[in-house]
Amino acid sequence: MSQAIETFYDVMRRQGITRRSFMKYCSLTAAALGLGPAFVPKIAEAMGTKPRTPVIWVHGLECTCCSESFIRSAHPLAKDVVLSMISLDYDDTLMAAAGHQAEAALMDTIEKYKGNYILAVEGNPPLNEDGMYCIIGGKPFVEQLKMAAEHAKAIISWGACASYGCVQAASPNPTRATPVHKVILDKPIIKVPGCPPIAEVMTGVITYMLTFDRLPELDRQGRPLMFYSQRIHDKCYRRPHFDAGQFVEHWDDENARKGYCLYKMGCKGPTTYNACSTVRWNEGTSFPIQSGHGCIGCSEDGFWDQGGFYNRLHTINQFGIEANADQIGTVAAGVVGTSVAAHAAISALKRAQKKSQDKAQVAQSKSENTGA
Amino acid sequence: MGATPNGFNLDNTGRRIVVDPVTRIEGHMRCEVNVDDQGIIRNAVSTGTMWRGLEVILKGRDPRDAWAFTERICGVCTGTHALTSVRAVEDALQIKIPENANSIRNIMQLNLQIHDHIVHFYHLHALDWVNPINALKADPKATSELQQTVSPSHPMSSPGYFRDVQNRLKKFVESGQLGLFKNGYWDNPAYLLPPEADLMATTHYLEALDLQKEIVKVHTIFGGKNPHPNWLVGGVPCAINMDGIGSVGAINMERLNLVSSIIEKCIEFNNNVYIPDVIAIGGFYKNWLYGGGLSGKSVMAYGDIPENANDYSSGNLHLPRGAIINGNMKEVHDVDQRDPEQIQEFVDHSWYTYGTPGKGLHPWDGVTEPKYELGANAKGSRTNIQEIDEAAKYSWIKAPRWRGHAMEVGPLARYVVGYAKGHEDIKNQVDGLLRTMNLPVSALFSTLGRTAARALESEYCGRLQKHFFDKLVTTIRNGDSNTANVEKWDPSTWPKEAKGVGATEAPRGALGHWVRIKDGRIENYQCVVPTTWNGSPRDTQGNIGAFEASLMDTKMERPDEPVEILRTLHSFDPCLACSTHVMSPDGQELARVKVR
Repeated sequence: MSQAIETFYDVMRRQGITRRSFMKYCSLTAAALGLGPAFVPKIAEAMGTKPRTPVIWVHGLECTCCSESFIRSAHPLAKDVVLSMISLDYDDTLMAAAGHQAEAALMDTIEKYKGNYILAVEGNPPLNEDGMYCIIGGKPFVEQLKMAAEHAKAIISWGACASYGCVQAASPNPTRATPVHKVILDKPIIKVPGCPPIAEVMTGVITYMLTFDRLPELDRQGRPLMFYSQRIHDKCYRRPHFDAGQFVEHWDDENARKGYCLYKMGCKGPTTYNACSTVRWNEGTSFPIQSGHGCIGCSEDGFWDQGGFYNRLHTINQFGIEANADQIGTVAAGVVGTSVAAHAAISALKRAQKKSQDKAQVAQSKSENTGA
Repeated sequence: MGATPNGFNLDNTGRRIVVDPVTRIEGHMRCEVNVDDQGIIRNAVSTGTMWRGLEVILKGRDPRDAWAFTERICGVCTGTHALTSVRAVEDALQIKIPENANSIRNIMQLNLQIHDHIVHFYHLHALDWVNPINALKADPKATSELQQTVSPSHPMSSPGYFRDVQNRLKKFVESGQLGLFKNGYWDNPAYLLPPEADLMATTHYLEALDLQKEIVKVHTIFGGKNPHPNWLVGGVPCAINMDGIGSVGAINMERLNLVSSIIEKCIEFNNNVYIPDVIAIGGFYKNWLYGGGLSGKSVMAYGDIPENANDYSSGNLHLPRGAIINGNMKEVHDVDQRDPEQIQEFVDHSWYTYGTPGKGLHPWDGVTEPKYELGANAKGSRTNIQEIDEAAKYSWIKAPRWRGHAMEVGPLARYVVGYAKGHEDIKNQVDGLLRTMNLPVSALFSTLGRTAARALESEYCGRLQKHFFDKLVTTIRNGDSNTANVEKWDPSTWPKEAKGVGATEAPRGALGHWVRIKDGRIENYQCVVPTTWNGSPRDTQGNIGAFEASLMDTKMERPDEPVEILRTLHSFDPCLACSTHVMSPDGQELARVKVR
């Protein structure tokens, strides 16, 4: 039976990767894990024989955009993840069975793989009305969540709903929709925020865990550093226009057609930590700013209640100096070159202190935008 | 229990079967049926089991932001709520959008229809007809011959190709880790396909999974991402710049070429895979014509895809509008979403209260106050429901009615309305399909008919998508690159009070948003969505909803295995996150943070 299991190695082979490359991959993995060359055969052995990791994917109050995003993944393809990398043993959106047979599949997986399965949560539990704003099998969803969490190895909170609450938790949060980490307190939780998260970020997080057999490095909020440690603004290809004071003033104006900065149209790129401007969306096809609309900040906590998607952020300074976009926007074009040069020099000096300052700015801009 | 006013005989004396969760749908749903000693369904009860309260949340917000909130009603039919929302706000504020914006919106909406229909058929619905385990017994060579017979133009048809897929499937099954196929009903006699057809369809499950991520790139180009692309009141956010300075930052030739190539891929897949599969699979199930429900009685469509911008009159819409009642196909009534007498929602069997029993409300005046309570004859407890009592309140879905009638909406409803109105494209498609399958028109009113109408519509939408792409290019060539009208972007230009309605045809059926704006803020927002119509509980008069009606009189091979129930419910493509919504009564105090 075990010979029939399609392992990670099989998948790589099928995708045209040679034994030689596979061994090289294993030694890189060993190096990344801080292990010596003696561990290379062990890693190769593990990847050549390990059964697929069971994943239980539950759904609370949500809109299924996370599942939809997941199946958009181009590398790896969603079919390879589901057929060859993980064993998706319960997912009410995609599974064949329903009702009792679906519940039996869930119980069976929990029982058989105690402590060894990953729990993926899409959506969140509502706590008002005894949890009955979201009913699974006649019972509150929160019960299913707690039961599935008890023996999970780790939990992935997919998207803004599971991570922060998202739209149903926007003020006044009538159902008391509550993010996963406020209900499950004793398990490692990886937050993968966004509405939805980028497909390749989702599969990237899962394959990282399978490949390295550990959780990714997380920031203080529980987000993987590899995808959420920089602002969209930091890597935005329109950033030079921001720095040059070239802004879209109205929808579809000359500047919009030239692809200038969308900051004045309310873009939340300067306060949003996500990989949209680097990984981009749908196999790198585009991302919101590239297609002419500002970022709405969908991977940030409480982004629905930050004062409107078209209201501009007021606390973002350019060039690390005390000026805002209104003042900079009036600078004549000839001066722009100097500004950019100055920016380079200043930013080198400021780099060390910038990180903490940014965080403070984000916090400040949020408090000023809420209820302002 | 006796006969309902809409013509169904209910009998709840037989054995009660509960299916919860109903899987392979969007959101959460429960279904209960009574079967007699022959295994025939004699009573059906469908319950929406989630509620999110989005319309409460919208109150007091900037109407220009509403599209983003309502878009999050559903991530499967992503974008269609956003489009409905910007239409409602533009209607209220009398904003006219440019022709290019109309073309781009249509391309996006049609793109969604195609994507949604394909994903629905292959990834949510196929396993009701197709048995992937049985595919292991197939002869790859015979499968190849079958493929070449049903679709000579499809290039992926060699015996080796099918053998590879079969081997992969075999490894998967033999691993003992069945994943999504675990606990399926694979030895149930309700599955009728020969192994070769099962292998062919399972292969297309994987092909469609690869293709769907390509289709949505049209949304990504115009809206920046998918799911949940960006929209704009007054037009579309993407600017067009074909050959000027900065073209690389806008919709340019390269972007248009990508859109065009995807449109061609959609057309090819519809013609070479989707339609042939429905005909081939349908051919083995053509004696299984259960599931008609309301489709031969009462159907409704709002219509969509305006040829010219800002004209939502019936004659300007490519997808037809109209209502048919009591099976009278000779008369198609017009539907007016503004008329307070036409569309009303009732809550007598829903977990809400209006205060007055039997009262119906037009969405502009819609109020909802949640009231979760089980009936006296329910079994179990408040937080552990064993059996629903359908004589009392039993669902988070309201019961919308058109002039008092329970209506079916969706692709089949659109096609029945179009056929009855003599819509040329629709009539040709339907007649052609029935001829090919050697079936009478009455066969349309079935689970299979619903599934077939969806496939035909995907094909039609593929052609329309191309039409609007060509129109976009022509308009640009004629010197018009406008994509947004910003005259009324500033709230200071708005009237003190305004109300509007936006209507679309979502993949699942007629979708309407009703908005009231006061002092630049949303005063009241209501959505009546397709699954609210289809999944509605009983009303005061006892009319059953479309899901419930469709299950009636179906024979179950094995009552403990809900294959037939799933098959028919899935044929509607239920979307429960869409259907369960709420608006607070005017004047109800809700603590909230003031949003500027």
